Amino acid sequence: MNIKKNIALSDSGYLFNPSSGESFVVNPIGIEIIDLIKQGKSFGDISKNLLQKYNTDEATLEKDYFDFLNMLRINQLINDEEKNN
Amino acid sequence: MKKKTINIAISGLNAIDSPGPGMAVARGLREAKSLDVRIIGLAYDTLEPMIYMHHLIDKTYQLPYPSAGTDAILSRIEYIHAQEDLDIIIPNFDAELYSFMKLEETLKKMGISMFLPTFEQFEERHKINLSKFGEKYDVTVPSNLGIYDTNEIPDETELTFPLVVKGKWYDAYIAYNKEQVKTYFNKISAKWGLPIILQEFIHGSEYNVTGLGDGKGNTIAAVPMRKQYITDKGKAWAGISIDEPELLELTHKFISATKWRGGFELELMKNQENKYYLLEINPRIPAWAYLSVGVGQNIPEALVKLALGEKVTPYSNYDVGKIFIRYSMDMIVDRKEFEKLSIDGEL
Amino acid sequence: MEKLRYERPTLKKLEAGMPGKFGMPTSLQPTTHIDGVAVKELIDEYGSPLFVLSEQTIRSTFRKAQRAFSTRYPKVQFAWSYKTNYLSAICNVFHQEGSWAEVVSGFEYDKAIQHGVAGEKIIFNGPDKTEKDLAKAMQNNSLIHIDHLDELYTIIELTDKLNVKPKVAIRVNMDTGIQPMWDRFGFNFENGQAWDALNKIMHTNKMDLVGLHTHIGTFMLSANAYGVAAGKLAELAIGLKQKFNHEIKYIDMGGGFASKNTLKGVLLPGYDISPTFDDYAEAISTALLNANFQQDHLPLLILETGRALIDEAGSLLGTVISNKRLSQGKRTTIVDVGVNLLFTSFWYEHKVTPAQPFSQYSEETTVYGPLCMNIDVLRENINLPLLNKGDHIVVHHVGAYNMTQWMQFITLRPKVVIIDMEGKTHVIRENETQESITSFERMPEYLRKFD
Repeated sequence: MNIKKNIALSDSGYLFNPSSGESFVVNPIGIEIIDLIKQGKSFGDISKNLLQKYNTDEATLEKDYFDFLNMLRINQLINDEEKNN
Repeated sequence: MKKKTINIAISGLNAIDSPGPGMAVARGLREAKSLDVRIIGLAYDTLEPMIYMHHLIDKTYQLPYPSAGTDAILSRIEYIHAQEDLDIIIPNFDAELYSFMKLEETLKKMGISMFLPTFEQFEERHKINLSKFGEKYDVTVPSNLGIYDTNEIPDETELTFPLVVKGKWYDAYIAYNKEQVKTYFNKISAKWGLPIILQEFIHGSEYNVTGLGDGKGNTIAAVPMRKQYITDKGKAWAGISIDEPELLELTHKFISATKWRGGFELELMKNQENKYYLLEINPRIPAWAYLSVGVGQNIPEALVKLALGEKVTPYSNYDVGKIFIRYSMDMIVDRKEFEKLSIDGEL
Repeated sequence: MEKLRYERPTLKKLEAGMPGKFGMPTSLQPTTHIDGVAVKELIDEYGSPLFVLSEQTIRSTFRKAQRAFSTRYPKVQFAWSYKTNYLSAICNVFHQEGSWAEVVSGFEYDKAIQHGVAGEKIIFNGPDKTEKDLAKAMQNNSLIHIDHLDELYTIIELTDKLNVKPKVAIRVNMDTGIQPMWDRFGFNFENGQAWDALNKIMHTNKMDLVGLHTHIGTFMLSANAYGVAAGKLAELAIGLKQKFNHEIKYIDMGGGFASKNTLKGVLLPGYDISPTFDDYAEAISTALLNANFQQDHLPLLILETGRALIDEAGSLLGTVISNKRLSQGKRTTIVDVGVNLLFTSFWYEHKVTPAQPFSQYSEETTVYGPLCMNIDVLRENINLPLLNKGDHIVVHHVGAYNMTQWMQFITLRPKVVIIDMEGKTHVIRENETQESITSFERMPEYLRKFD
């Protein structure tokens, strides 16, 4: 699984999907997560990374992470075929 | 002598198929010989076309919707004022006028002038009060009923179909039976709230007058127009300036009786017996007001001068038989512009 | 290193006509404190949910109303509408401010007496006054506002039995140009019912007709309607003077003034469109002063304003239970504040603010209450900052009707506290316990056992 290659995400959080023509806004922690996914980090790594930085617990983070991932998936911003790469 | 640049904020940048008046106002101001202006756009939606027309609008800021409350609007204007040193705001949407009227004194203290109707004028001419208005000022109006619930729709036998179902702020549909009245009631009230107005349908041809009152009963400008082509949204796509003393008379009477302050539009219907019915009074400059500029009465320019407290000589003439024809055009905009507006709220 | 405040990741699609804008700083401010007391501390100490009333807001609102009327009209008296909020502490704040009591049942009447309100300062309204209630009110010299003819006849009978001459007024309903017209209470002005009742009262000579009362509606967004109503009552009063040479002592304009809440289906927020006390006062006093009363014979003006005096003073604190997503992706937040406590959420778009700081990011959210019932919706659609489980929220302007119309349903009702003028907090109603509900129940012997 990875973020589709042609997705453009600017520092301001503006995300553009050239294949669908849709625009989105992502909040800062969302940008961080997308960047980490792009780097090929696993959920374990991402979770560890974020728990060090933010004041929250693992359960909340896990729930929110997979919800976010699901929203990326619903909006076709994720390429699931690349899962095994 | 170089003229001082006046910073004017305008709304109504939605130059779409049912357009806001921003285009007419901006062009009138750009063409005003007596003014040097910087035009600041106030936008609600990120796709209002004029945001991206930089030859007309120097800079655009997004504004919270009126439903966010005057506090939210004021704090946004304070921010814009700090960047742009505004002299004048010309609000061009019906739905935002109430909020701006409410803010008029506060904005005045900040050095921002407007030229708006008073609360009394605004309320009195409201669709829901049209019958009373007609009685008070002796103007013929169609019969009118404001309702708050579908239960209040009179029995089919008491209604004459077709009738017009209107929203408090926008939208009007023609209904041919009670079921349709209910449907439109729900449709409009979901969007614009209550009450819903049921109005007698007058068969005939549509005439409009746009004008400007100085708040003391004097007519500063008045241009009557006959609609020549009407879109499926009921908007004039083409119209012609006409010489009709009866309409001018009615306009003078309206202005002197109400001491109307600001721009306005009278919507009238002339029936088969050549009798004019006043259907609606819009308390702002209409989208087709560029015709007034084109026939020699620059209403936006005169309004700015009134707002600045300058003496304005009333226009007395206009060219008769000039036609306005609206057209649409596509422009090409880079995604970066949309991105900047979406993220920063300004462009 | 101190950790950053966590906020869940969000992805928001940009759509034309989208009401919540990103680029603009939200105008919403967190409500971290109420009258200087931290929301978090209130919840830690008294639990969540929690009703909080601000004595400061009650008194300043009352004084604003008092000033609006007394600067325009020489004789003004407020009577606290018990049904709006009859918690004893709240009633007494109003009584300390000089309010009489306005009650609509035997229960409320007894409550006013319990509070120590003198009988002659209790106005007894409403369609359901039992014979016992009426007798008590007559003996206490209270002001009885007659709602219907059956009540009038009961009073006439009682005057003989008790040998007292009660002080009465009639409630009048009328067309003030406002829809819907409240014609279910009292006697109609236009069709002559009001005069019929007045004639009966005057001819029997068994009652002391002291006033005229009306109450034209609720949450009235038009101040002018009150002017029309005051004019019509004045017309009746002057008619009584002409016909019977009888002078009434007061005109009671009832209540119905709008608060700053936003009604559902109205585009602009109540904060912007609700008339002010000055607007209402101007309409009413102008109508009374312009009526043909003799200069020094102006009737006392009584006002039974409830909602507009107390709504802004009440807040309901709550806590986020969970954030969820509906099947179509719609964001929802479940809080521990439900319609069982917030009856008014059926007709208001209540303002809800987080009680802790938040970023400019927000989501279109449905806010649900905690009840396992589909109707339990606090806000159908609100652009809410990103709240975490356990975060607190403040629902604003809940002082009117909620603490009387709330229901014990599914769960128990919470504490109510008041923050006094010095910023000290006092419990004015304890939370319910299992015992407070079950102690009313009785178990027939044969139902005690089961396997």
